This record gives sequence, structure tokens and C-alpha cells, in this order.
Amino acid sequence: MKNSSPQRLAKQTAASPLHWLRSGEPMIWFNAAAVSISLIAVVGLIGLLAVRGFGHFWPAAILQGTLYSAESSLSLIGESVEQLEVSGQQLREAGFTLKGDGPFFGRTLLKQGNRDFLGNDFVWIIDEQLEDISYPPEVLLVERLEWGNLYGFLRTVSRNGELLADLNEDAQATWRIFQQEIDNSLAIRKEIHALERVEIGHINHALERLRLRERQAELDGDMSPQLQEELLSARSEQNAQYKTLQAELAVLYGSMEGIEYSVDLANGQRVSLPLSKVVRAYRPNDMDIFDKSAMYLERLWEFLSAEPREANTEGGVFPAIFGTVMMVLLMSIIVTPFGVVAAVYLREYARQGFVTQIIRVAVNNLAGVPSIVYGVFGLGFFVYFIGGELDQVFFPAALPSPTFGTPGLMWASLTLALLTLPVVIVATEEGLARIPRAVREGSLALGATRAETLWRIVLPMASPAMMTGLILAVARAAGEVAPLMLVGVVKLAPALPLDGNYPFIHLDQKFMHLGFHIYDVGFQSPNVEAARPLVYATALLLVGLIALLNLTAVALRNRLREHYKSLDN
Amino acid sequence: MPTLSTYIPAYMPTWRRYKDRFATIAISAGGASVLMAILLIFFYLMYEVLPLFSGAQIEKAEQLQLPAASGRIIYAAMEEQGEVGFVIDENWRASFFTIADGELIQHSDLGREDVTISSLGSEGGDSRLLALAYTDGTIKLLKHEYKLSYPDGLRFITPRLEALYEEADLNFDGQVLKKIAVRDGEEALLVSAVLPSGELVVKRFNKEIDFLSDELEFSAQRLLIPALAGDTAAIHIGFSQRWLYRLSKNGRYVVIDLLNKNEAGVQLVADSGELFQGQGGTFTSSALLLGGISLLVASSEGDVAQFFMARVEEGNRLQHIRSFDTGGNIISTLIPEHRRKGFIAITDTGLLQVFHSTAHRKVLEKQLLESDNFAFAAISPRANKLLVGDANLKLQQWHIDNEHPDISWTALWDKVWYESYDQPDYVWQSSASDNDFEPKFSFTPLAFGTLKAAFYAMLIATPLAICGAIYTAYFMAPALRRKVKPLIELMEALPTVILGFLAGLWLAPFIEDKLTGVFTVMMVMPVGILLFAFLWSRLPISVRTAVPEGWQPALLIPVICALGYLCFAVNDSLELLFFGGDMRVWITHELGISFDQRNAMVVGIAMGMAVIPTIFSISEDAIFSVPKHLSYGSLALGATPWQTLVGVVLPTASPGIFSGLMIGMGRAVGETMIVLMATGNTPIMDANIFEGMRTLAANIAVEVPEAEVASSHYRILFLAAFVLFLFTFVVNTAAELIRQRLRTRYGSL
Repeated sequence: MKNSSPQRLAKQTAASPLHWLRSGEPMIWFNAAAVSISLIAVVGLIGLLAVRGFGHFWPAAILQGTLYSAESSLSLIGESVEQLEVSGQQLREAGFTLKGDGPFFGRTLLKQGNRDFLGNDFVWIIDEQLEDISYPPEVLLVERLEWGNLYGFLRTVSRNGELLADLNEDAQATWRIFQQEIDNSLAIRKEIHALERVEIGHINHALERLRLRERQAELDGDMSPQLQEELLSARSEQNAQYKTLQAELAVLYGSMEGIEYSVDLANGQRVSLPLSKVVRAYRPNDMDIFDKSAMYLERLWEFLSAEPREANTEGGVFPAIFGTVMMVLLMSIIVTPFGVVAAVYLREYARQGFVTQIIRVAVNNLAGVPSIVYGVFGLGFFVYFIGGELDQVFFPAALPSPTFGTPGLMWASLTLALLTLPVVIVATEEGLARIPRAVREGSLALGATRAETLWRIVLPMASPAMMTGLILAVARAAGEVAPLMLVGVVKLAPALPLDGNYPFIHLDQKFMHLGFHIYDVGFQSPNVEAARPLVYATALLLVGLIALLNLTAVALRNRLREHYKSLDN
Repeated sequence: MPTLSTYIPAYMPTWRRYKDRFATIAISAGGASVLMAILLIFFYLMYEVLPLFSGAQIEKAEQLQLPAASGRIIYAAMEEQGEVGFVIDENWRASFFTIADGELIQHSDLGREDVTISSLGSEGGDSRLLALAYTDGTIKLLKHEYKLSYPDGLRFITPRLEALYEEADLNFDGQVLKKIAVRDGEEALLVSAVLPSGELVVKRFNKEIDFLSDELEFSAQRLLIPALAGDTAAIHIGFSQRWLYRLSKNGRYVVIDLLNKNEAGVQLVADSGELFQGQGGTFTSSALLLGGISLLVASSEGDVAQFFMARVEEGNRLQHIRSFDTGGNIISTLIPEHRRKGFIAITDTGLLQVFHSTAHRKVLEKQLLESDNFAFAAISPRANKLLVGDANLKLQQWHIDNEHPDISWTALWDKVWYESYDQPDYVWQSSASDNDFEPKFSFTPLAFGTLKAAFYAMLIATPLAICGAIYTAYFMAPALRRKVKPLIELMEALPTVILGFLAGLWLAPFIEDKLTGVFTVMMVMPVGILLFAFLWSRLPISVRTAVPEGWQPALLIPVICALGYLCFAVNDSLELLFFGGDMRVWITHELGISFDQRNAMVVGIAMGMAVIPTIFSISEDAIFSVPKHLSYGSLALGATPWQTLVGVVLPTASPGIFSGLMIGMGRAVGETMIVLMATGNTPIMDANIFEGMRTLAANIAVEVPEAEVASSHYRILFLAAFVLFLFTFVVNTAAELIRQRLRTRYGSL
């Protein structure tokens, strides 16, 4: 570039250090360093998320060891999660007796699981106190519905006290039976889930609708004996259905009961646990790379497709993905037509002048207004003001429990639509401005009306710009959390906003959201340590989603620009 | 350029013309309404905020004649809904009556056959507890209670007088009590009274639950009060049952500490002095504000002042907190509100003034009576109805609309002396568990926190973003620039919740652990880069030309990574060497600076990351679009690239860079999630980089979901949102205007 001639470089070499300092060369290097630091920050950030997020699903080795402290020794089984160097002085002040004399001692955060027996599922240990470390292949990891992971050694499987298999007699058969029974109970649980969620949910929904109809009739004052009879028979029909389902459920639950497996814990204690609470059991130390890869994919798939368990610290994030996508879709449906119409008006129909210029600046600046302000507006105006009115007019039967007068999916979508409106308007306007005047002139000269020119010529040519605007809007909406906290997101919403019950899409329902999930699990969860890996994975998912949308937008924008460059010439 | 002609020839089919016209109307209407909807945000926020600053209204309602009263009224009260009134007259007859039509519901004689009543005392404005002293020295406690029932779906109120602690023997040993004050607590009942001799007596009745019968039993304990000079015009017992306030006609006060005695067993005098120092005048009326902490006193010179006990160096003293502007009118009656720290003051001529203590604000002034023979008044617990009676027992009910007396400009931004505080302070504390809590709505700590967070964020973002922009726009090889720019801009799309989460859960513990490393990096990095640059310039030309010009960042990345790694690797040794193993402990103990794990430094770095792309992108555009012939001219005249940049390019681009900074600042001020997650969210006022803060935006996110709709708290949060809206809007508009002017200037070059 400007300063690349070899002569100049040679001159620099010859110059004294003081001269070199004065030439401004160091400042250029500092500026270059700012770029490097920014790049390292971006890449490092994404790298950190990727490593921690992807790493979580890999089955880690489980160690067994004995913790010797001054008075006692304690057997431990667990996964090493984190390692730290701490100064010996600090440890001694904290009351530890140390053997070594090095200034620093390693500490390890061990995930020892078994919360129901040990109280804490995480424990910090000093490395030098842990001895006899081994990685026994038969150590078992059980992921459970309650109490987190279990680590131990499988002993027996039994049904109603009758021994089905004993490890001491036939290790392989025991393992096989154990896995079989887990598969069985998983299948039964799936059935139970279908019954409870879908069938019983259906009945509850129907009963609620009957209740609302009755209340509405009471309010309107046209409660007739026929109607009463009709309601009564409908209700008893639903109740009868409910009874049969209950019976079916009882049978299913019964078939799961009674199967137990016994496990030796690290301290030698033998415990018997119900098999119906097991999600998955495997022996990570006994797995080769292919087994581990398979397990990795299985756990990754569970993360993407399953519902959360254990106060959101385990399981999957499917409802959050679904809620995010649903909200963003609704928002797009609202924001696109309005944004485009406003942009077309501003660019094609409004008289260009001072006022339009001011409006343009104002719209542009609204993109810089803090999102929490939109949240407050959405809560006050949409939820309490409009929602409250809607309830009075259309849903008086459900009062005093609000239908739309409470945060929900529709209000969240509307609020975000308002938030992203400037993005769409600005992008569309930019697209409209780039369409050469000659194109319009040609169309008008051929006798088309203004509307026809707009509809047949201008809008199709501006459509990539609209797409860009929409994608940018979607990317912004998917990552926004602060306003959603006020207008409809909750930490746990087991029912999806889309299901088989009339009216199928429940705009008044609260929903889960990936961004809020990160905030909630990372900061409001009672067991942050256990939840942390999952938060990294969720964050990675969100970043991936948004980066994808953004890169698409950039690519589209570039294509659009290329397209009209050729048109200009 | 001429505007496009949209002339439609006459031979065009009608339907096409109509279609065209329809499209014009639809798009214009649609577009304009979308733009209006955006304006709606502004107006709606304002609509929610304005009631805060509008004053109160009062209007006349029912008028009635008090039934069956036989003399001067000495106590008056109203029930919750303001539908039933309650009075006690000087002949000790208590009557309940409906306010709508003045019909008597129930009345009873409080006196007993054998003995008469010598005095009546009320616990305080917000309490319905009354104490009656009989001439035989016994005391009776009464409460006026109202039971709600809904026969036939209509509200029906049944009032009654309920006697408290009837089994207990509460007496003053046969002494006649002229004035009586009472305070009931969890552990004891305190009664203070004035004997005909003028002597002050206090008895504490300690409550005990009997083991066997599970009944409440009282054990009386007489407290010895020092002999006091002067008369007693009023006595009050504070809520904590510690302070006994005795006020004299001439404006002197004595505060007696009921918890502490001297060696002789006599209670200590905590403080004494003049109430109306300098102003003079005699005592006319007094009352305890809601909560029983603050004492309100009015004087014959037209003063109304608030006092409470606050700690000074010598001990607890009755402090004059604030005076209220009565316009020189002499207040004869002070009535505190039941649910807020507000009160009403009425003169003998029937002039009403409504005040709020915390906000230090007069919200209303109104002449209530035509004749100047005001006798008594009562306020409903919801403070929306006022009952005023004159000497002829004519009653007038007024409806008061006074929703937000608790907010004023000074209460929002100035130091306020809150109850139980030792000095005026800026405090934000919007809610507490108990009902008589004084809400503390000071925006100052929140605004301070907002600016503090923005300041540290800008401190980190500004150099990185602007230097990065300078290099990228002016020195960087085009091939590299095409890759670097989108990468940094990609960061802008990164959801802030992720930055916040990393800051809170990863960066904060990391910095706490490697604090020395962080400071080492700050010191070593510039020196290291300089050294590397110098060594590079000493390398043979063949090596240097191998790396094309404009690729310095690529060279520096491994250098910076290595330096960073080194600094953090030696962290532990350095800490051991200089700070006794832990810099955090050292900072707290040796320097006396408190250290939070989630502090301003963490927020600064995380929010800096969020702001860098914004500033970078705008500044880079500004520098890049400086016409090339300017810098070529400068270089041709012999200036070095750096001199050209500093002397020619930067001055031309500076408005653009400035507007980038402003937009970045706007973003930092309004950012919510990062601050929410990376600080402790405590509203403190301290610029310390190792402590957290609470910002306006985070405060809204935390408190709006819990705020009661249309309450002062709710509206104040809307005000915070409005302030944020205006601030960012003004800053962004200014930045945009600067940018547009810059564009026209480049156009002319």
C-alpha cells in the first residue's frame, strides 16, 4: 500500500530507535493491536462457547479414588469438572493440613452425583489428598429423573423382591437385563406421557370450555334447562372418558413399579433404587470411541428434542427452541407487511422533504432505543391496556383470571414486532432507493399506473432487500430477552403454544425462550454448578442460530448489491 | 431531478384508475398509521408518567347532620370504604352512623355506672385502638371493628366496638389520668399518662402466655420517670416502644428513653429542647406519622415540622427533619394518612392542606368550610374520603383524588432524610415486607449506576474500537479488511444475554481468581507490543517484506496470545510474591476497598464487547469514506502515513467517529441483560471499579413484573423507561445529524 516501498523500509531500519518512535510507526502497531485484540475476543468468545457447549455431551471418564485427610479417608467416585491452582498459604489459612511444600496445590471440582445420599453433587478436593486413582471399567453412570446422576457399581436387578439377575453370577446377563428393563420402562413412560399430555390434556381442555360456556350463559342470562342438560351430559361424558384413561394409566404405572436395581456406592453402601426413574445408564470407562460418539449423538439429540428435567438443569431445551421459533415466526408475520408498507409510503408516496427526512431520522433512531423500553411499553399498553379491554369484551366468562390481560405469546410477538419495525423499514427503504429511476420511468412510460409499477416492477426488485430486513429483524428478535421478560416468557411452560386442542394455536399462552432459558438456568437456578454445562450448550445453540441468520442476511445483501451494480451500468 | 409524472391518460379503463387510487390511499393510510404507531410509544409512556406530577383533586360529596350526638366531638374515624363513620363525644357516647344519609347504626355509652371516664387516648392515626381511662385508675382498650358481609350480593357493613384484653387488670392504682397515650406491641403494652399534678407516669404491661391455660397474661411494671418542668400538652409513644415524646404548650419537648435507666432506676432523658427554634410560637397540635417513627408538630406561628430520633455523635437526638409550607396558616389539627407517609393539616377556619412527608410536597389546598367554626375531621384508611365537622355537628364528606403524593422532583433527585436514617441520603428501595414502610424512590443511585456502567464500558470499548477502526480503514490490506469487518460486525448480532451469561458465570470468577494477571496484562501488553514492533523493524528486509504491508494484526495475534497466556500463567506466583497469595483479599484488607465478584470491571469488559462493534462499524465507515485524494496529497507533500492520518484524515472523519461514540454510549446506557447478569444489582453510589451497581434498565427489568399496576412505583418505573427513551433518542438524533452533515461535507470535497 502507501508505505510498502523497500527503500522506506530500509530507511526505517537505519533510523535510531528514537527516530523510529517519532515516526508514528509504534502507533500504527498499537492500532493493529486493537484489531488483533478485538478479533481474539470474538473468536475466543465463540471458541469458549463451542468448547464448553459441545464438550458437555461427551461421556467423560469416571475416576475412583480415596481422599485422605488428616483424620479420615473417604472413597470417591466422580467426574473431574474443573481444575484450579491455589496457593498453599491460602489453603493452610482455611484450615487444611498439607503434606507437600510447593507454593501451589491443584484443586479439582469433582462431580460425585448421588445427591440423594451425599447431599452435594459437587465437591472440591485437593489433588494431593486424592490417592489410589483408578478408572474401573465397570463403574456405572445412571441419569435419573430425580436427584441427578448416580455413580456406582451395578449389583442386581429385581422385580418385586425377586432377583432377576445378579452381577456376581453373570455379569453380562445382568447388564443385558438391566438395559432391557430400562428400555421397557422408557417405552411405558412414553405411553404414559402420551396419555397424560394428549388425551387427558384434551379432556381438561374440553371441561374448561364447558365451564366457560356455562359461565357465559349465566352472564348473558340465557341459561335454559336444555342447555344445562346438554352441559351436564357433555361433562359426564368427559368424566367417563377420564375415568377410563385413569384406569389405563393405573395399569401402566403398575407395570413399571416394583422393578429395582441395586448399586454399590463409593463408600461401599448398597442401595436399591426404582428402575422407573432411570433415563439412561452406561459405563463410560468401558466405552470405545465409537460407543462414545454414539452416546454423544444420543445426548445431543436428547438436548435438542426433549423437555427439561430437574428444574431445567437436565434434559433438553425443545420447548424453548419451539417457543423461540414460534414467537419469531409470529413476529415476522406481523412485522413484514407493516414495515414494507411504511417503507413504501415513506419512499414512494410521501412527498420528499423536511418532514419525511425527520421521520426517517426518527425511525432510524428508534432502532437505538433500549429494548427494555419496548418491554415496558408492551407490558403497559398491550398487556394491561389492550389485553384488559379484550378480556372485558370477549372473555368475560373467564374473569377474574385473565385471558389476554396477562403476558403471553401474542403480546411478546407484537412487542418484538414493534422493536424490529425500524430494522425492516430501513432495510426496505434502502432497497427501494437502490432501484434505478430509469426502471420506474420505463414502466410508467409504457402506460402502467403507479400502483402497477409498484406491484409488478418495484416490489419484486426490492424483495431481496425486504428479505435482508426481515432476516436482520429475526436475528435481533431471537436474541432479545429483556423485553420478553416483561411480556410473556416464563421459565417453565410444559404445554407448547401449538397443540391439538381448539383453537390449536394458543396466543394467550406463556412460552419458553432460549435466551431467557440461559438467564434463568444460569442465574436463578438453585444448582448453578449442575446447570452450567447445559447453559453453555444453550448459548451455543442460540449463537449458532443467530450467526446463521446474520450470515444469510449479509450474503443476500451482497448479492443484491452486485445485482444492481450491473443494472446501473 | 424532476418528480416522476404519474399522469394517467383519459383512455385508461376506469377500474385501473380506481385500483391505482385505492392503492395510493391504502398505502398512505397504512404507512402513516405505522409511523403513528411508533409515535405512540412516546405518548403512551408520557400518559403513564404524567399522573405522578399532577396534584390532587377534592370535591364535595354528601352533607349530613350528625345524629344523636350530645356535645363536642373528641374522636372521629371512618371505616375502610368511607361508608360508616364513628365518633365519640364529650359525654363519652360512641356512635356509628352511615355517612350517606346520617342514619344512626348503633350507639353506646362508654362510661360505667359507678365511675366516669377521665380521658381518651388513641394509638395513632393508622390504628383503630383506643384507650379509655376511668376515674378509678382502670384502663379499658377498645377497637372499632367493621365486619363485611354480602347478603344478596350487596356489601353490608356491621360495625362494633370490641374490647381488648378484658380479662387483664390494667390499672394505675386508683390515680385519675388526665391524658393518656398507648402503644400495643408483640411483647408488651405501654401506657403513659399525665396525673392531675402534672406528673408523667408510664406503665409497661408485659405480655406472657400462660403455660397451662395458654392464655395471655399481663405483668405490670411501673417505669420511673424523671421529674420534668413545665406542662404537658401532648404525649406520644413511638412504634418501637422506646421513645416517649412529651410536648409542652410553650414548644419545649422532652424525649424519654423507655429502654434505658440510670443507676437509680429512673429512665433516661434522651433529648430535650425547643421544637420551634428561632420561630417561636406555642404548640397547637401534634401527631405521629404512619409507622410511629416521625412526629409532626404544628405551632401557633404557622409552622408544621417533622421530627424523628436520629443518631448523632453524642447519641440519639430528636432531629428536625423538614418544615412544611403552610403559608403562615395556624394549623389546629394534624391527621396522618393510614397507608402512606402523608398527612392533612386543617386550620380552625377550615382550610385544608394535604402534604406528603417524604416527597416534601404540598399536594392540595382548599377552604372546606364557609363558616370558620371547624371542629373535627377524619380521613378514611384509603385516604380518598374526608369527613369534616363543624361546631354545629354538621358534617360534610369530601372525596379526595390523591393517587401519587409521594413523588416529587426533589425526592427523585435530591438527598432525602428517610425515617430511621441518620442523615439525608440517596436511596432506592421500592418495597419491603411491612405496610408502614417508607418507599425510597431516588433515581440518583440508579442514574449513577447507569453512567458508571456506561463509563467503564466506554473506557474499554473506545480505544479498542477507534484504534481498530483507524487501522482497518486506513492501514489494513483490502483482502484482510473484507474478512475482518464482517467478523467484528458479527459480534453486534451476538445476543447480549450470552455476553451477560459469560460475564457473570465465566469472566467474573476468572477475574476474581486471576486479578493480578489482569493488571499484569494491562501493563505488559503495551510494552510487549512496542518491543515486538521495534524488533520487527530491526529484522532484515527480506523477512519483513515476506509479510505484506497491512497484515500487522495477523502478526500480532500470536504475540498477544502468548503475552496474555504468560501474564495469566505467572499470576499465582506474582500474587504470592506481592499480595500474600490472593490479591482480592489484599485489596479488601490492605487497601480497604470492598470487592464484589460481579463488579464494574466485569460489566465494563462485557458491555465493552457489546459496544465495540457499534463504534467500530460507524467510525470505520467515517474514516474509510474520507476522500482518498486528501491523504494522497498529504503523503505527496512528505508526511508519514501516521502524520497524514493524524493531521488530515482524523480531523475530517472526527464528527463520524464522535457520532459512533454517541451511539455506542446510547447502547451502553440502555443495555439490560449484561448488567442484570454481571453485577450484584445493588443500588449503591460508589465509583469503585470492584463494586457493582444497579442501572435504570436493569431496575425496570427486575421490578416492573412485581409492581402493582398504576401505583406510584409502577409509574416511576415508566418514568425511568421514559428517561431512557428520551436520553437515547436525543443522543442518537444528535449523532445522526452530525453524520448527515459530515456526508454533505464529503460531498463538497
